[in-house]
Parts: sequence; C-alpha cells; structure tokens
Amino acid sequence: MDIVQLFALIPLLVVASVSVVVMLLIAFVRSHALICLVTCIGLFAGIVGCLLTVGDGITQVTPLLIMDDFTRIFCALMLGISLAASWMAYAYLEASEEIKEEYYILLALAALGGCVLIASNHFASMFIGIELLSVSLFAMVGYMTHSGKASDVTLEGGVKYMIMSGVSSSFLLFGVALVYAHSGNLSIDLLAAPAGPTLSDGYLIVGTAMILIGMAFKLSWVPFHMWTPDVYQGAPAPVTGFLASGAKIAVFAFLIRFLIASGPDRIELLLMGLGIMAVGSMLLGNLMALLQDNLKRLLAYSSVAHMGYMMVALIAAIQVGSISSDIASEAIGVYMVAYAVMTLLAFAVLSLLAARNPSYETGDIQLYRGLLYRHPLMAISLFVAFLGLIGMPLTAGFVGKYYLMLAGVDQQLWGLLWVLIIGSALGLYYYLKVILVMCKEPEGEAVADAPVRSGFAGVLIGLLCLSVLFVGVHPSPIIEWIQLALVSL
Amino acid sequence: MQLIGVIISLLAAGFLALALGQVSAKAARYSALAGLVVATVIFFPVLMLAITDANSVASTNSVWLAQASIDWIPRFGIHWLFAADGIAVVLIALTLVLGYISLLSAWNEITERCGLFYFCLLFTLAGVVGVFSALDLFLFFVFWEVMLIPMFLIIVIWGHENRYYAALKFFIYTQASSLLMLLAMLVLVHMHWQQTGMISFSWFDLLETDTSGSLGFWLMLGFFVAFVVKLPGVPVHNWLPDAHTQAPTPGSILLAGILLKTGAYGLLRFIFPLFPEAAASFTPIAMILGVISVLYAAKLAFAQNDIKRLIAYASISHMGFVTLGIFAWNMVSLQGTLVQMVAHGLSSAGLFAIAGLLQQRLHTRALDQMGGLWPQIPRLSALMMFFAIAALGLPGLGNFVGEFMVLLGTFQANPLAAILAALGMVLAPVYALIILQKGFFGEATADSKTSSDDLVSHEILMLAILVVGLIVLGFWPGLMTGLSERGMLDLMQLGIATGAGG
Repeated sequence: MDIVQLFALIPLLVVASVSVVVMLLIAFVRSHALICLVTCIGLFAGIVGCLLTVGDGITQVTPLLIMDDFTRIFCALMLGISLAASWMAYAYLEASEEIKEEYYILLALAALGGCVLIASNHFASMFIGIELLSVSLFAMVGYMTHSGKASDVTLEGGVKYMIMSGVSSSFLLFGVALVYAHSGNLSIDLLAAPAGPTLSDGYLIVGTAMILIGMAFKLSWVPFHMWTPDVYQGAPAPVTGFLASGAKIAVFAFLIRFLIASGPDRIELLLMGLGIMAVGSMLLGNLMALLQDNLKRLLAYSSVAHMGYMMVALIAAIQVGSISSDIASEAIGVYMVAYAVMTLLAFAVLSLLAARNPSYETGDIQLYRGLLYRHPLMAISLFVAFLGLIGMPLTAGFVGKYYLMLAGVDQQLWGLLWVLIIGSALGLYYYLKVILVMCKEPEGEAVADAPVRSGFAGVLIGLLCLSVLFVGVHPSPIIEWIQLALVSL
Repeated sequence: MQLIGVIISLLAAGFLALALGQVSAKAARYSALAGLVVATVIFFPVLMLAITDANSVASTNSVWLAQASIDWIPRFGIHWLFAADGIAVVLIALTLVLGYISLLSAWNEITERCGLFYFCLLFTLAGVVGVFSALDLFLFFVFWEVMLIPMFLIIVIWGHENRYYAALKFFIYTQASSLLMLLAMLVLVHMHWQQTGMISFSWFDLLETDTSGSLGFWLMLGFFVAFVVKLPGVPVHNWLPDAHTQAPTPGSILLAGILLKTGAYGLLRFIFPLFPEAAASFTPIAMILGVISVLYAAKLAFAQNDIKRLIAYASISHMGFVTLGIFAWNMVSLQGTLVQMVAHGLSSAGLFAIAGLLQQRLHTRALDQMGGLWPQIPRLSALMMFFAIAALGLPGLGNFVGEFMVLLGTFQANPLAAILAALGMVLAPVYALIILQKGFFGEATADSKTSSDDLVSHEILMLAILVVGLIVLGFWPGLMTGLSERGMLDLMQLGIATGAGG
C-alpha cells in the first residue's frame, strides 16, 4: 500500500479511529455528552472527508477496497445516517439507566462496517464489512436489556438478530465458496467475465443465488423478513432507526456494485427469483402492516414494503445491464436517500418521545393519541415522515416513488408496477391510521411526559424534516450527486 | 407571474394565520381575509385582461393570458409552468369567491384551533388555484395531491361525529386513484420521450404525442379514473356523501364548490386534448356512466334523511351532467359544462352553508327532526328555498342554463343519452322540494322549536353573494361564456380526433 492509497482511504481511517478514540476516552472520562460529541464530530469529519475527495478518481486500495465516487458518496450517506443515529441517541440514553457510552463505540464500528461494505469489490472485504456491521448491530439491538419496560422483547430481538445474522452469513459464505469454485478468484468483477455454458456455470448460478439470499435476510425481502418486526420492536428506537436505514442502505449499495456494475446478465432465473421476492415484499409487507397496532412493528413491515419497491428499480437496472446515465440505477440511489431521511425522521421522533416517557418505547399506537395537541412540533414532524412514506408530492418520498415508477415504465415491468400501485394504495391505510390517531382528541388521562431538554434532539428532527421537504421540493442536487456516484462505476 | 403571486399570497397568509392563531383567533381570521384580498387584487388584472379580450371579437392576444415558466427539475424537463386561459380564469375566480364564502361561514362556526384551521383553508385554496393553472403535468400532479392533505385535516380535526372514517375514505379513494394517474402520466411522458427524443412534462409538448394505439386507451383510462373519483361519478362516488356530511360547513363548501370542479377541469383539460382517439372511442361508456350518475344519484338523494347527505347526492347527480357535457365535446356542451360547474359551485355552496347554519341552530341534520321552520326563521327558509330551486334548475338561474346547454350539446352527439339525462331534471325537483316540505313547512316538531335565531348580517352577506351570482349567471350567461369562449374553442379543436372524427 503506497501513500496515494493511504490518502484515498482517509475517510474510512477517520471512521475507524473514531471507535478507537471513543474507547480510549471512555477509559479516562465517562462523560456521556463528551463521548457523543466526539463521535458526532468524528463522523462528521468522515462525511467531509468523503465529500471533499469526490472527483479524485478511482483508487484501488489493495485488492479489497475501491475508493471511487460511488464509494465516497454512499459512504457519506452511510456516515450521515450514523451521525443522526448517535445524535438521536443522546437524549434517549440520557433518560435511561443503562451504561451509555459504549453505544457510540458500537455505532462507530457499525458505520465502519457499512463503509467497508460499500467500498468492497472483493468478496473477502464484503464479508468483513457485513460482519462488522451485523456484530455491532446485535449488540446494539440488545443494548437496553437491563432497563426500560420492554426488556423482554429487547433480549428476544437481540437474540433473533444474532441467529438471523448467523444464518445469513452462512448462506453468504457458501455462495462465495461456490462462486470461487467457478472463477477461482474472489473479486466480484469476475462474474462479468464471459464464460461458455459449462458445468461450472451451475456453481455460478447457485452461488450468486445464495449470496443474494444472504443479502435478502439483511434487507428483509419476503420470505426472509420474519425477523424484522420482532427486532424492530425490541431494539431501542435510535438503533431501530439505524437498522432500518443504514444497515439496509449499505447492503443495497453493495448490491448495485455487485449485480449491476459487474453485470451477471446471463442469470435470467435469478431475475425471476428477484421478481417473486419483490412482489412478495410489496404485498406481504403492506398487508401485514395493515394489521399492526404497534408503531414499531408497523414501521418494520412498511420497511419490508419499501425494500420491495426498491427491488422494482433493481430489477429494471439489472435488465438494462449498463449503469451510466440510466434511470433505474439512479432511481435506486435517489430512493435510498429519500427512504433513509424519512425513516430516520420517524425514528428520531420516536426516540425523543421515548426519552420523555419510556412507555412510548413499546410503540403502542394508542399512546400517540392526541399527540398533535400535546407535542405539536413532534406530531408535525411525524406527519412529514409519514406523508413522505406515503409518497406525497413535495416530500422526498414522492421523488423516490416517481423515480421507481419511471424506471419500471422504462423497462416495461407492468406486472411489478401494478403490484407497486396496489401496495402503495394498501399502504395509505396504515400510514393514515397513525396520522388519524395523532389528530384524535386525547382521551382520559394524558400520558405524563417527563420534562427533557429536547433542544439538541429537536435540532436533528428539524434538520431531517427540512431535508425530507428539501429533497421533495428541490431534488436536483441529490440527483446530480447520485449521477456523479454512478458515473464512476 | 400573477398566478404564482396568487398562490404565494394564499400560502403566506396561511402561515401568518397559523402563527397569529397562537395569539388570538381574531387575528388569524383577519390575516386569512387579508390573504384572500391580496390574492384577489393580484388576480384582478388577469380577470380584466380576460374581460377586455372577450369583448374584442378578433383579439390577436394569445389564448393564454398569464404565463410563467421557471425551471424546476431540468433532469426531466419539469418546469414551474403556470398559465391560464379563459376557462382557468373563470374557475380561479370561482375559487376565490368561494374562498370568501367559506371564510365567512367559518367566522362563527370554527372556534377551536383557529390558526390551524385557516392555515388548512388557505392551503386548500392555494392547491386548487394551482390545479387550475398548472400546465406542467408533474406540477399539476403535485397540486392535485397537495390540496388533499389540508382538506383531510379539516375533516379530521373539525368534522362531525363520524369524521375519522369519512376522512380516511376520502383520502384513500382520491390518493389510490391518483396513483393510477401518476403511472399513466409517466407512461405518457415516456412515450413522448421515445417519439421525439425530448423528455418533458409540459402539457403543450405532450399534446404532440401520438397516443392513438391501445396503450393510449389505457393511459386515458388512468387519467379518467382519477378525475372521475374526484368529480365524483358513479361507481366511484362512494367517498363523497361521507366526506361532505362529516366535514365542517366551510369544508363542505370547499369540497362541493371547488374540489369537485378540479375533477371536471381535469377531464376537460387532459382527456380529449391528450388522447383524442381514445376518448372518442370511450365516449359511449362515459356517457352511460354520466347518465347513471345523473339518475341514480338523484334517486339516492331523494331517499336521504340527513340534509347534508341529500345535498351531497344531489351534487353527484349534477356532476353527471358535467361528464355528459365533456364527452359530447362540442362547443355548446362544453360551454354548458363550464356554466354548470360555476352554477353548481355557487348553489351547492349556498345549500351547504344553510345546512351548516341549521345545524348550528338545531344541532341536528336529520330532516325528520326538523319541520315548520319557515315561520320561526323566515329569512333563512326563504334563502333555502332559493338555493333549492336553483339546484332543481329553475329557468332564470345559473343551473338551468348549464343543464340546458349540456343537454342541447349532448343531443347533437348522442340523442338517447340526452333524453335519459333530461329525466334528471324531473327527479331534481323531487329531491330539492322534499327538503322544503319536510324541513320548513308543516308542523314544528319538538326538536325544531328551540333556540332558533334568524340570520345575522354576515350570514346574509355570505348568502347574498351567492344569490347575486346565480341570478347574474341565469340571466346573463354570456358574461361568463364570453370569458371562456376563445380558450374553449382552442381546447375543443385540440380534442377532435384527426383520424376518426369527433
């Protein structure tokens, strides 16, 4: 590794050093505010490092990692999500009796894992990234085991996520082994190499399928979604926010690189499999969400549905086969950004509410009754998040949905588009149900909320709210960034 | 630019009302009023331009009176493209007038959370003005959707006993159908892109798209469904009786007066001009649906006991004429459609306003609990009679002109449909007069005797505006049809199928 490569790797090194610095700091001073601040500054420095180096060209750092604009821009997004997750955790952890500071080490490690996954163009680094992300996450999911009303579900969620990660990793590893048997190399680009219809093609197909199944667990595509509601419910709200946005986005970014840029275009069978999973995710996610009366479980199923929507663009992108200036891959990128800000906004509000009164942590929808009158600003923020998830114009969600539909139209995926419309129409009901509950007059005794200094978290909620609206009203900058990222692939 | 000014002043006044609502309800009311006045002042030059244009026979001005275009999303050729021809000018004027009416009706009825209410009211108005003036399809869709949310909140927060159900139904019907429109819109843009190599959402550009194939028919259906839900026409009318009944009076006025007109406007502006062949081949079915709407809804109206529900079904029946008029697609029927839209806007606003006033006084909307109201509240009763006979289509009032012209135009296109729809004019007196008979004549019931005060001054002012409007429209429809004539002529020529013939 020469100095150029080291220099290119700086953003990742910054993130890695955050976890080390935070760990050392904890050994000397246990100050929650300081630790949170250091984490936030470190992650912010990582974002700045990523964005400043956009346009610096492509540097292959060892055979494992590639630093191109795609890596830089999506790492910036990943780090932004992590920054939000540590920001929203402050008020939440402050109100709990749990040991607070270690959360930030885990978060920084998870962020690093996500970045490595995004930057990887080698199966080894892919595996390191995904494991770093998952191992940190299952500690985070089970973080609040000692306190709070929801400790049972927390433990259940943590264990479930751990087992699920184990299963998905074994699928991944076996898939990688089969691909290796086909190509004799672990670089993901080798899939694109032309090969005649030999016996070894079977290895390639089965291997790719198993890798996809491993990813499908992480992305909670139907039928690999079973863990989602339990883990979402059990995890502390800021962790759920990170899990729902950051963990999914890193995996999806890898999929763009793996499936589209490397273009394993001769696997029609896989395309059909993806189509079936997309239909299942869109329908089952929305149908199951209809039945929930727990906000966190509802959001879990809604994220299943949204992952299904994104698959429409993914399938379109695989069909196109090329990446440059193409609507379908752009659609995935834009939808990722939109989905991330909306989900983070929803969970930021949930975290702040849970900081005020731990009973919100259970997610019972009846607790949100009359929220508009008790906490108007938080209710309005939650409105914005939900209207975005519905896909209302002038919110980020609409731009995303618009892109997905255009991608589908471009590739004439009529069946999937119909399912997308049916799914979105079903989705209206449960999102509106939450909005209605918030508008209802409070009944009986109001939930007593502890006074918490919410200024710090309030700024985050305000920022996220503005970005949901900004992306909706003025999407051009985001589109340009995504195009820039895709061009470098 | 004036159109953007109108929308911005309404939005700004909405925020002002929200902020001042924290201080006092009065301040919120007056800032809402101020916003409407400013919007009217900004809009006035456009109206004057339209009037002078209408008077000079061979005007060389463009049909588009006020046009503004600013880049929005260059990646997809999306612009902030606003323009208004005579049709849009008439409808925007109606929107502003009914804005005043709903403000006046809210003056005393809305006492809680005033700031938020006027915020929602003004945002709805801004959204509707946007729908009437946006000529970029993307922008049109944005306004189309955005006006839903404030209306939804108005029903949810200030509505009556069953408001959550009604609001949910309203939102799901309109939103789900507009998803189809969004898809159709994207396919249309994609078609245009492949045909010309230019990606654009502008209505003017998309007019050039060749939509004659079977795909064009499906696209037309996508638009049609979204507009007919909003209109509403049978069989997708189900949301309307609930939404109207449960909304507070100002909400009902906005819904019936102008939100329904956005559906009609959409049919007028998009279906025939963009898909002439498909629309021509779809005409028989649309006409059947229109006739069914007229007759079936009139029958249902007759069976209602809830006065607001009755008026709501009557609206559906009247909107059936609009469907007929548009699909007849000739100059008489189209102008009649516009007259019908304005007249129905005024008369249904009057009916809903009075239903609201009655509910304030009697605390019921059930007709069987009313009775003998005339001697107790003569002024209110007389006005009720006026709006009821306006709705049933008495010659000399606006609705008659509209329905007559629609039937005349429809007869040229499809005599059978015109004959059947004319039966609606027989059914209309039945449901309109039943209100008077059950509620206002006869013996007073125990419920109707209590606390009944007659109209006060601002209520009279509110209703007087509507009365004058209906009479002027009835005796001098040329005043309005003159405004829209050139725009309508232009539009009509766009909608005539080149191959098959209109």
